[in-house]
This record gives sequence, structure tokens and C-alpha cells, in this order.
Amino acid sequence: MRISNLKNVAIVAAVLGTLAAMPAHAGKTLDGIKARGQVVCGVNTGLAGFGAADSNGKWTGLDVDICRAVAASTLGDAEKVKYVPLNAQQRFTALQSGEVDILSRNTTFTLTRDASLGLNATVTTYYDGQGFMVPVKSKIKSAKQLKGQTVCVQSGTTTEKNLTDYSKANGLNIKPVVFEKLEAAENAYFTGRCIAYTTDASGLASTRNKVAKVPADHIILPELISKEPLGPMVRRGDDEWFAIVKWTIYGLIEAEEYGITQANVDKLKTESKDPVATRILGTSEDTGKLLGLSKDWMANAIKATGNYGEIFERNVGPKSALGLPRGVNNQWNKGGLMYAYPVR
Amino acid sequence: MKPQIPPKKNNWSWRSQAFRGLIYQLVAMVVIAGVVWFLAHNTLVNMRVRGIQSGFDFLSQAAGFDIGESLYPFDSGESYWRAFLVGVTNTLRVAVLGIILATILGTLIGVGRFSRNALVRGLCLSYVEFFRNIPVLLQLLMWYVILTEVLPISSEAWAVGPFFLSKGGLNFPIPVWSTGQLWAAYGLLPGLLLGWAYRRWAVRRFEATGQPGSMVLLPALIVLLASVLGWALGGAPTEFNRPVKGDFAIENGGALTPEFLAVLMGLTLYTASFIAEVVRGGIASVARGQAEAASALGLNRNQEMRLVMLPQALRVIIPPLTNQYLNLTKNSSLAVAIGYPDVVSIANTALNQTGRAVECISLVMLVYLITSLGTSLLMNWYNSRAAIKER
Repeated sequence: MRISNLKNVAIVAAVLGTLAAMPAHAGKTLDGIKARGQVVCGVNTGLAGFGAADSNGKWTGLDVDICRAVAASTLGDAEKVKYVPLNAQQRFTALQSGEVDILSRNTTFTLTRDASLGLNATVTTYYDGQGFMVPVKSKIKSAKQLKGQTVCVQSGTTTEKNLTDYSKANGLNIKPVVFEKLEAAENAYFTGRCIAYTTDASGLASTRNKVAKVPADHIILPELISKEPLGPMVRRGDDEWFAIVKWTIYGLIEAEEYGITQANVDKLKTESKDPVATRILGTSEDTGKLLGLSKDWMANAIKATGNYGEIFERNVGPKSALGLPRGVNNQWNKGGLMYAYPVR
Repeated sequence: MKPQIPPKKNNWSWRSQAFRGLIYQLVAMVVIAGVVWFLAHNTLVNMRVRGIQSGFDFLSQAAGFDIGESLYPFDSGESYWRAFLVGVTNTLRVAVLGIILATILGTLIGVGRFSRNALVRGLCLSYVEFFRNIPVLLQLLMWYVILTEVLPISSEAWAVGPFFLSKGGLNFPIPVWSTGQLWAAYGLLPGLLLGWAYRRWAVRRFEATGQPGSMVLLPALIVLLASVLGWALGGAPTEFNRPVKGDFAIENGGALTPEFLAVLMGLTLYTASFIAEVVRGGIASVARGQAEAASALGLNRNQEMRLVMLPQALRVIIPPLTNQYLNLTKNSSLAVAIGYPDVVSIANTALNQTGRAVECISLVMLVYLITSLGTSLLMNWYNSRAAIKER
């Protein structure tokens, strides 16, 4: 055999060897999470009900619970999460650059965000709409009375554009006062600089209950001027991680549909004969393996946070501080929009 | 031993210092250009790989957002680059006014440090120490909080003559534009020329013969009379658009928002304290003999400061003063924290609507770079004019 021929064969063999040594199709994000041992979750700096830290540094909220459920399904432990508070300007850059694995920060899914930022929208966890809050003293009963008025708004959100669209469509000539920080915008409204404050209706409820000195002095106007489907986002180019996040959320929604709760998940895992429940909990089929996770991926998630209904009740439901009704966020067979794809 | 002949000046050999210098400079330029190219190329490749769209084409798309205040009307259907232009005018508006006011205030306080009155001296010292040592962002926030907390809501605004002061800002009457104002502007131009020509003649006469004539008052009077003449010829209009109290806010008239007022006041007071120190240092650098000679000539304190000390101090004052002007311009970017729509605030909004982070930030950097370079060019020209020409 000639020397050059032998050399060529050796080179080809080495390249094939390295290719074989690489794992079949492991997503970079999942590998990073397993190596690190925690999920890095981008959350709000402080929005009660969605993502806020209490005085002990413990994070609670609907978006926070989604992160905990994803950590439980991926790593088996809901506490293995690192929370990175992000404001409206930083959030997309943090996700794009790899600083966080998942952005769970009451982010609206829009075409621009899904298509041009290199990010993917996963599943809507809260269907919201933008509204206005005004002081009761102003005697304003409808958003159409805001002709020529000043409205406080936070920069870097879909809120600004929606406000302009509504103002133009109704000939209102609204003057926006735009603040970088959420706290500055809320402050300016409560000191009376602006006659109204606008953001998603859930954010208005959160602000009114947590920041206002006398919540009853403010009313939320009935008009919802936009659709705001909120949910977590992940980076493009990692379909495995996208599938994990998406199906964890669908699993939580389907668990509520089929009556699996945080209290009865252990009992149902060992005793249930219902085909759907056994599939979700991993006793009959191993759906976790298809996602690259363990058999108990969904059981772990439900045990950690409860199903979607329980997450909703705990953080933003009628009995919580925000007091929001289920409304369109109810199950599809109860008149709402939450429609889980079948986990099988 | 043969004497070593030094190399000729333009010899292309390594022993020539000029040649070595040239080679080092070329290598440094190539390295810097390489680093810059590598960074830009790396960024673009990474953005493309991750599916992040880039490019400046978004500037011609419709903005889709309103701007709270601007010098001229802006509609949300206009393009992004026009929104950026509004942001730039807002920044320049607060920067130019701030520079003028801070210079006046800073000079007064700096000169006041040399007053014979101990109370004036003490007040100036405490002003400087107080405003210099608090971070400027805190000062802006403090002024904004004061303005929005202390002032009443618009429906209960304080009225001082035709002016209204409230949380909605300062509302003032603006003249209704008609031909009279245009003719006043037409009269202003020849008035300026006449006034300047008279002043030149008066200064020349004073320097030649020593005859004092009015060198400031009379030219100013000429300018004023010329504009009034133009206004009268144009029909003498006196219509004003007066602000009136509406249901929730003051309507009509012109308005200065509390955001603008807070930014202006905060930046002016902060920068004035620095300018006061610069002026004080400049005056202290002039030899004491000059002050004594001035009083020996019979000049009073005011004239001594104005005619002898300050002109000589200008040489020392102008370079650090340029620094303070640039600082004020750049500090105006903090206005985004209190809701003033300057260019950084507009860029933030554009960044979030389009996702083009790199492009928007680089546009803002370009704006500040051009503004700062322009300011320092202007000041350097003034500096070379004010410099003492040594014999």
C-alpha cells in the first residue's frame, strides 16, 4: 500500500471516529443544563403574581412556577433553578446570547419576536389583553374619554405600539410618557403626573393591589385594546429544548383536564388504571425517553407545582392577591382557550 | 577608527528612527483595523447563525409609536429615522439650553467665590459642594419627584397671570403666527447687521481716541427697534394662544413638560457647580498683580472682573469648560429614567419594536459622537481666538 493511500485512510478513519464519538442528537441547551445542574430562568424584576421575589429572596409567580415545572421535568428537582431578573430591554438579548435558557417573563408572542430575533415562542400560558387604569376621582368611565390626555407607559413593550394604534384608530391624540423602569412608570401614575396607566390587564391588577396605597381608588377601564398571549420563549436552533418546554406546559394543562393534581399524583401513579393518566405519569408508556428525559418527567413536574389550574389559582386566581377570573384561561371544554395537545 | 556616519534622514533602513516610526504606525493601524473587522465580522456571523436579522433597512419603515413631546409634530405613521430625528432635537433642545444656563449660573457662582461678602462666598461654596457631590441621576430623580409631588394636578393648577403651573408642566401663551411675526424676523436681520456695525465703529473709536460710547446697550437697542419696526409694518398682531383649564388638563398654549423641566434643572444645577470651579480656577490663575493694577487704574470690582480678570482667565477656563459641555450633553441620556423622550429613549423603543439592538445602539453612539465632536470643534476655535497672542 502506498504511503499517501495509508495516510488518507488514517485521516478518514480519525474523522469518522470523532463523528461516532459525538452523541446522536443532543441539544446544546439540555447538555448545558445537565452539566450545570440547574435551569437558568429569565424572570421579571418584580411583577406580583407572575415573577417577583419576596423579602427572603424566594421567587413566586405564574412564570416562576413554569420554570420550576420545567426544572422538575428536566432535572427531577424544582429547586434547581437560577432566576435572573430582566427588564424589558434586556430580556431578549439575555436569551439570544445564552445568558438564560428560558425566558419566562410575561412576554407577548408577536410575529417580530418569533421571526426576527432568533427566538421561538413556545406555548401561551396566559391569554391577556391591554387595558387602562385611571383614578376613580377622574370620573373617566371609558377609554374613549382619554382624548388628548397623558398616559404613563413602560418602554420596551408591546404596550407603546398598541396605545398608538388605539389612539390613532379612535382619534384620541394620546400623549405617552415613556419610562424605562416599571417602578418609575407606576410612580408617575400614582403621583398624578399622568391621568392613566396602561399595560396588560393582569399587570394592572398586580400594580393596583401591590403598589397603590388605596386599591379601591383606582378602576380598570372595561376596554381591552389588544390581544396579549403571554408565555415563555426559547432560542431557535435547539428543537430538543423547545420540545421539552412545550410538552411540559401541555402536560400541566392536560393534567388539569384529566384531574391529576399535586395532592393525588403519587396515588394515581401507583393505582390509576386510566389510560390517559398512566401515559402522562409514565406508568404505561415512556414518553419522557422520546424527549430525552426520565420516565417520571411529568409526574415530577406535577408533584412540584401542581397542574395548570392549581398554578393559576395559587398565583393569579380569584382567591389570590390579584383576584383575576379564569376567563379565557380556562380549559377548552369549559369555555376557555387552554387546549393541550395530547401527551402521547 | 572609522567614524560612524549617521544615516540620512530619509534613508529607508532600519537604523533610521523616522522609518522605524513609520513601520510601527503602519503595523498598529493594521492591527487595530484587523481587530475592528474581526469584531464586526464575528458579530454579523453569529447573528446570522442564530437567525437574528440585522441591517439598517428598518429605518424606512413606519415607526408605529407616538412621542410624548417634540418641537414639531410627529405622527406615528412616519418612519423610524424621523423618530430618531425627533429624539435628536429633544436631546439638543435640553443640551443647548442647559449649556447656556449652566454657563451663566456657573460663572456667577465662580465669580461669587471671590466676593468680599462672606455670606455670598459661603453660599457659593455650599452650592458647589452640595451639587457636585451627589450623583447626577439622583439629582434628576429628585427634581422629577419634587415637580410631580409638590405641584397640583392639572385641574387645580396654580395660575400666575396667563401662566399655569401644574403636574402637567408649565403652560404659557404663545403668539399666533401671522405675517407680523415674519416681518419682525425680516427686521431682525438688518437690525443685527446695523447693531454689529455700530459696535465695531464704537470700539474702534474708543481704542483710537479713548472716547467711551455705548458698546452694548445701543447696539441691542438698534436690534430691538428694527424687529419692532418690522412687526409694526407687518400689521402689529397681538393675538396669543392662551392656555385654558380643560376637563382634565390645560389645553391650548405652549407647554414645557415636567420631564423637560426636571432634566433641564437637574443638569443645569449639576453642571453649573463644576463650571463654577473651573471659572474659579481660571480666575485664580491670573496673576494677582493684574487685579491690583486694575484697581490702581480706578476700575471698580465689577469692571476689574469683566475687563481684566475674566478675559485673561479664559485661556485656562475654555478647555475644561468644553469637557463640562460634553458631560452635560452626555448626561442628558439619563433623561430616559424620568420619561423624557430623548434620543436614547427613542432608540430603546425602536430597539424593542424591531429587535435590532446592535443597529440602534450604534446609531445613538454616532449621534453623541457627532454632537460631542461638533461642540469641541466649536470650543477649540473659540479657544484659539481667545488665546493670548504672545509676542
